[in-house]
Amino acid sequence: MRSHLVLLVIFAFLVSLVFAVLTKDDLREQMRFGGMLFAGFVVTALVLGWLMYPFPR
Amino acid sequence: MRATAAEETQTGGLVLLCVAAWAIPGAGHLWLGRRSKGLVFLIALALMFVLGLALRGRLFPFDLSEPLVCLAAVADVGIGLIYLVASALGYGAGDVRAVTYEYGNTFLIVAGLLNVLVVIDACDIAVGRK
Repeated sequence: MRSHLVLLVIFAFLVSLVFAVLTKDDLREQMRFGGMLFAGFVVTALVLGWLMYPFPR
Repeated sequence: MRATAAEETQTGGLVLLCVAAWAIPGAGHLWLGRRSKGLVFLIALALMFVLGLALRGRLFPFDLSEPLVCLAAVADVGIGLIYLVASALGYGAGDVRAVTYEYGNTFLIVAGLLNVLVVIDACDIAVGRK
């Protein structure tokens, strides 16, 4: 498994899951908070990735 | 005297709970009857740790001459008994040439740190703060 995107998504999913279950008690709140966290992780990583795109390696 | 003995028993129970919660991710919540939370922690954190090893991450040693390595080791140990078992079986040597090496380290370190948060949460529930 070498895809950075897949690893990023797996990491974001697991961390969001643990944080959501840890901080919220109601299932609906857990889903909502976990979904927001997951989306935040993935979108932030993609935005930062594209922002770094013009810079030389 | 009775109150003191009861407090001591409670403190002993709390310490035992925290040790169990550290040793096995989610065990503290399972102990306190929060089964669904405990199972989620058990599966998610163990999976993160195993993925970290599969991605050729390194279980850092306690090397006091290198503070960052030492901090990473503290974070790794946070996952509990799985760390000790994996170390004893020779896993977690790490392969710095692997593309996934840094990902593996991140999975291992974050799994340990998240388990520390889970232990603190279990402790809070036990003392009635949550």
